[in-house]
Amino acid sequence: MKIGVPKETYTGEKRVATTPEVITWLQKLGYTVSVESGAGAQANFSDDAYREAGAEIISDTKALWDSADIIFKVRAPDDNEVELLHDGQTLISFLWPAQNEALMQKLAAKNINVLAMDSVPRISRAQKMDALSSMANIAGYRAIVEASHNFGRFFTGQITAAGKVPPAKVLVIGAGVAGLAAIGAANSLGAIVRSFDTRPEVKEQVESMGAEFLLLEFEEDGSGEGGYAKTMSDEFIAAEMALFAEQAKDVDIIVTTALIPGRPAPKLITTEMVKSMKNGSVIVDLAAEQGGNCELTVPHELSVTDNGVTIIGYSDLPSRLPTQSSQLYATNLRHLLTDMTPEKDGQMVINMEDEAVRGATVIKGGEITWPPPAPKLSAAPAKPAAAAVIAKPEPKKAGPVKRMLPIIIGALVLFGLGAVAPASFMAHFTVFVLACFVGYMVIWNVSASLHTPLMSVTNAVSSIIVIGALIQVSSSGILLVALAAFGILITSINIVGGFAVTHRMLQMFRK
Amino acid sequence: MSEGLVTASYIGATVLFILTLGGLSNQETARRGNLYGIIGMTLAILATVFGPQVSGSLSYILIVVMMVVGGTVGITLARKVEMTQMPELVAILHSLVGFAAVLVGYVNFMDETITFGTHAEKVIHEVEIYIGILIGAVTFSGSIIAFCKLSGKIGGSPLLLPARHFMNLGLLIVTIWLGTLFIQQAETGGGTFPLLIMTLLALTFGVHMVMAIGGADMPVVVSMLNSYSGWAASATGFMLSNDLLIVVGALVGSSGAILSYIMCRAMNRNFISVIAGGFGTGSGTAATSADEEQGEIIAIDTQEVAELLLDAKEVMIIPGYGMAVAQAQHTVNDITKTLRDKKINVRFGIHPVAGRMPGHMNVLLAEAKVPYDIVYEMDEINDDFPDVDVSIVIGANDIVNPSALEDPNSPIAGMPVLECWKGKTTIVLKRSMATGYAGVQNPLFFKENTRMYFGDAKESLDAVLKIIQSE
Repeated sequence: MKIGVPKETYTGEKRVATTPEVITWLQKLGYTVSVESGAGAQANFSDDAYREAGAEIISDTKALWDSADIIFKVRAPDDNEVELLHDGQTLISFLWPAQNEALMQKLAAKNINVLAMDSVPRISRAQKMDALSSMANIAGYRAIVEASHNFGRFFTGQITAAGKVPPAKVLVIGAGVAGLAAIGAANSLGAIVRSFDTRPEVKEQVESMGAEFLLLEFEEDGSGEGGYAKTMSDEFIAAEMALFAEQAKDVDIIVTTALIPGRPAPKLITTEMVKSMKNGSVIVDLAAEQGGNCELTVPHELSVTDNGVTIIGYSDLPSRLPTQSSQLYATNLRHLLTDMTPEKDGQMVINMEDEAVRGATVIKGGEITWPPPAPKLSAAPAKPAAAAVIAKPEPKKAGPVKRMLPIIIGALVLFGLGAVAPASFMAHFTVFVLACFVGYMVIWNVSASLHTPLMSVTNAVSSIIVIGALIQVSSSGILLVALAAFGILITSINIVGGFAVTHRMLQMFRK
Repeated sequence: MSEGLVTASYIGATVLFILTLGGLSNQETARRGNLYGIIGMTLAILATVFGPQVSGSLSYILIVVMMVVGGTVGITLARKVEMTQMPELVAILHSLVGFAAVLVGYVNFMDETITFGTHAEKVIHEVEIYIGILIGAVTFSGSIIAFCKLSGKIGGSPLLLPARHFMNLGLLIVTIWLGTLFIQQAETGGGTFPLLIMTLLALTFGVHMVMAIGGADMPVVVSMLNSYSGWAASATGFMLSNDLLIVVGALVGSSGAILSYIMCRAMNRNFISVIAGGFGTGSGTAATSADEEQGEIIAIDTQEVAELLLDAKEVMIIPGYGMAVAQAQHTVNDITKTLRDKKINVRFGIHPVAGRMPGHMNVLLAEAKVPYDIVYEMDEINDDFPDVDVSIVIGANDIVNPSALEDPNSPIAGMPVLECWKGKTTIVLKRSMATGYAGVQNPLFFKENTRMYFGDAKESLDAVLKIIQSE
């Protein structure tokens, strides 16, 4: 089958749905790829690079759409592009079916298949094709870059000859993929980072990225289905707002990433909070497209308030890192297509039994199949984990009698032995006990890596039994001599073999 | 050579043997330690041969012939053996010590010329003979079975006879009863019959004991037999009133005992339960975690493995018995070298019970010329995993099983394991999805950051090596 990758038409969109590297992978799956001329230009992928990777470059948009069986796109198609789709074709792109009902109807009118990259379910197996996470990661990173661009100071604290520079304080609200990426970027620039999220289970993730997790004195779990957040109770929101109001006075940068699927973004930063912020502070609102987490956010724009607070409401942050986002998006597409091409023969199969493919497929053969049934597994840790933490009973300390018991028994045995055994035996027994102690002390020092040589050398050494056989070989009686001679034979094997193999092994241990 | 000189030589030999074991505390002094052992042994043999207890030209001829023949066999064995077969070799050598102890015991028993000052001394001497032969026979037959199991001549799965604990107990009681019978009869010059019966029983016991132990417990068995061979030598020393034998036997015996203890601790099992045999068979708790639906695995191909390795900064290699079986240690070393040349830090994490005997993996890696200063013990590197980019698990299973820590119902719960899942990515090389020796499913394979790379360890790694060398 043939994959067509048209140039994105949305104003300001710099991304492209495939890269030369991914094309080589697609070819291994049995597909041929054609790319519209100039499609990757803004993401720094030239037509020549695509050609080198084996793609056909087509300059006529209509010809490209006509010849392809599968269309890879980033943005949802506009009206002109919908016209270009033909019977039996498959479109894979971002679509946002919940927000774009009219577009869905138009697409469904054609006899086509549509897979929405934003509808890939959040299950462990589908992470490799989760384009939302890839894009959120980029958006979070870029949010910090935009913030620092508009912030008049260092992020990192320094003590210089010209005076002391305090580090910037960054508050990241919402510790999803974007929030965590923002925390990581801000932390590596040297800022003091704090983060808040309604889902307590992300505390560990936040801390692992180097930020402080702000806790509310409040018991409510905000984890919703599929690892996303849900709406919280009024009391919780009140406590949360009080926390933000207090933080707003202190921090220099606020990055908000709070989104609840299918609803307008919650308003978390009020006008008063913005007013209380220091002159020169920056707010980056990653929820701008859904209305914004800040009351003063102007979607798609950068605005500056009267008290000098910059509010960034850009909704195209991933597109502002076009090379990176194209790479990740194209790889997500490739993973999806790999799963849909079980035979690696270039024939795409839309298997509605496959949970990941089922979730992404919003239109199949002209019929709307969205929304899919709820996913079975959540990416969040399962609840029973808590049950595993069973309180272990403290190991009982042995009483003094119990601890002393082996010593007492040992002493009694020794005395018992001494009472009956002759002196000659006791002399040997002394030697025996002392030798056991020497062995005990010496062996604990043996390096674990030398345990095998230890065994082979002790094996050779224990053939000291040969001495018994050597003495006995001078006995009288042919049977005794024969047995003793045989004893010498086998112990000699052991002595020589044991030492030789130990030597061979030790030769091999080198730095 | 006078009696005094012989004793002086024995003291020298004893000190040299202690230095031998002391030398093994690190790699630099280990070779010198082995040399001390050789000198000590030579000294002891020469002192005995030229001492007052050996006389007659026939004796000298026999000694020389036997030692030359035995030595030749020994050196041939040592030269020919593959490093992967070390456990088998050690096991078969143990059996020889056991056999020799039995022989020496019988000769001593049948020798009519030995006289005693007191009655008590005579009884003690007979007890010594009895115990010496007993330990020797158990060591002998147990080691033979261990050898057969290790070399695959008989299957590795435990043979669990019904009522085996009672059988062992019965054998013990009969052995003690035979012992008293033997001492009574030996008073009047007899006793051969109970001694022979006891030897047969001891041989049976050795066979039964090792047959009941599963493949993964082999390191404990090998070190336990090592210990037994020492005790056999010690018992022989008591019998012959020879302090050198007593000391050396005690050294070897305690060495093997400590090794067994270390191995048991590494599996969080107690010694008695290992020896009693069977792994997770009696308890019936194994089923709960094994049957559970575990989720999906993510397979990976050669190209991706190579890319993961080349993109990593910290690589940890965790070898298991599978590496020994596939003879992949040389390829592993080549990969290590290539990666290190590319400034990637490669380390090895060795679990104490990886392989079939203590230190097995270290020997294999040393054979492949992996520098020993990048090979670490579990305790040394377990805390470093969060910084590791890629861990490669080669043919290991139970030693990297997270359920040992996370699932209190697991049969291996509490066993210390290499916590590779805390790293960024873990690649598991495996033939198939079969479970390890413990029969426990491994949740590691289903973790999000684990990639499964199926196939024969050597072939797979060869393919990876080719790619990373061409990069």
